[in-house]
Amino acid sequence: MQHVCGGRRIGTARMKYTFNFRDVWSQWDYIAEGIGVTLLLAVVTMIAGLMIGALGAAARVYGRSWLGVLVTGYVEMIRNTPLLVQLFIVFFGLPSLGVRLDAMTAAFIALSVNLGAYSTEIIRAGLEAVPRAQIEAGYSLGLSGAQVFRHVVLAPAIRIVYPALTSQFVLMMLATSVVSQISAPDLFHIASIIQSRTFRDFEIYAVIAGVYLALALAFKLFFAAIEHFAFTRR
Amino acid sequence: MIREFALNDVYYLLLAARWTLALTSLAFLGGGTVGLLVALLRVAPFAPLRIIGAGYVNIVQGIPLLAWLFVLFFGLPILAGVRVSPWIAATVAFSIYAGAFLGEIWRGCLRAIPRQQWEAGASLGLSFVEQLRHIIVPQAVRVAIPPTVGFLVQLIKNTSLAAVIGFIELTREGQLTTAATYRPFTVYIAVAAIYFAICFPLTQWSRRLERTLRVAR
Repeated sequence: MQHVCGGRRIGTARMKYTFNFRDVWSQWDYIAEGIGVTLLLAVVTMIAGLMIGALGAAARVYGRSWLGVLVTGYVEMIRNTPLLVQLFIVFFGLPSLGVRLDAMTAAFIALSVNLGAYSTEIIRAGLEAVPRAQIEAGYSLGLSGAQVFRHVVLAPAIRIVYPALTSQFVLMMLATSVVSQISAPDLFHIASIIQSRTFRDFEIYAVIAGVYLALALAFKLFFAAIEHFAFTRR
Repeated sequence: MIREFALNDVYYLLLAARWTLALTSLAFLGGGTVGLLVALLRVAPFAPLRIIGAGYVNIVQGIPLLAWLFVLFFGLPILAGVRVSPWIAATVAFSIYAGAFLGEIWRGCLRAIPRQQWEAGASLGLSFVEQLRHIIVPQAVRVAIPPTVGFLVQLIKNTSLAAVIGFIELTREGQLTTAATYRPFTVYIAVAAIYFAICFPLTQWSRRLERTLRVAR
């Protein structure tokens, strides 16, 4: 865990600070490794979050009432507590119940459970926007319940909430940075390692911020491309 | 020395929650000011201003809050030449962050007012600022309250990240209590419960406001 206490002591007089980005660039191999881990975390979390969200939303809209209550409880619990605390409960808390997880597994679990709750809420709004008549039309074509849900309900629902869902995904990609606090070797954790090696605190975090900005842009473009190719009517 | 997790610790956690709320209030004040400016830039009748507003939002929302905290914590001392306390670094970081999100929310609310309202104002000879002040903003405020309360919940939860630069609030107090009692599960569940007790009523309130607003329209 990171323990950076107190401000840096730079005296009261204005001091000249020389920026030095060379030390940071020389660590580029590590940064690239960190980017890989962050991308892996982000992509796996998005897939898991989407699946949990689809199931949760279906349970809330079409499930039995006790199932709906259960899902609502899950969504409210996750949405009203910080991700960092959820991560600490999984990584530091669960071992005292006998469940010992390594940092990456704990990170995957905490991030997926978190994104799953937000996706449930978003996809639920989409499901509720699909007209009943459309579902009945699906059944009258002889589709099974699962087929109706997958093709007639879920696909149009995802299309409706696509912008909300993908912007939540991009926010989640950025939020994966909190896993550095349980020492999962993501981009942000790499930054703290480089910081302790080079003592170039400001430079390293400025560079890392730029890398995240580029990643966020890449994801936005990627999602826009998917939208273009998948949802444009031909 | 390891001691038991007792009622006293819950009391200390509750005391630390005050700092969570204090930081949230400062961030909301700072972020609200920035957000108002951003929202106005984004509806300004002059393209370069709109681009500046959009650029600010995209850059701030494209960088993790954690990175903002670290960049400012280490960067502000270089800029100012003096030691910067976690209080200042956190307040500035959260204001920048909240400003982008509130700016986007409020822009949406200004945009939600039909264009004819602007045109009606213009036809009465009101200037852009007068149209905003007398016609658009009074209507937009009603639309803005539910999502703003919703964002307040996000802000409260996000202040937990200030713990990593040594700002003592609820989450940091939880870390300290864990170190002293070695009861991580109990402590973090208690911390989560306190966050929930603060955030859940706000979430419900935001939803109720949204419903009454929809009925009123």
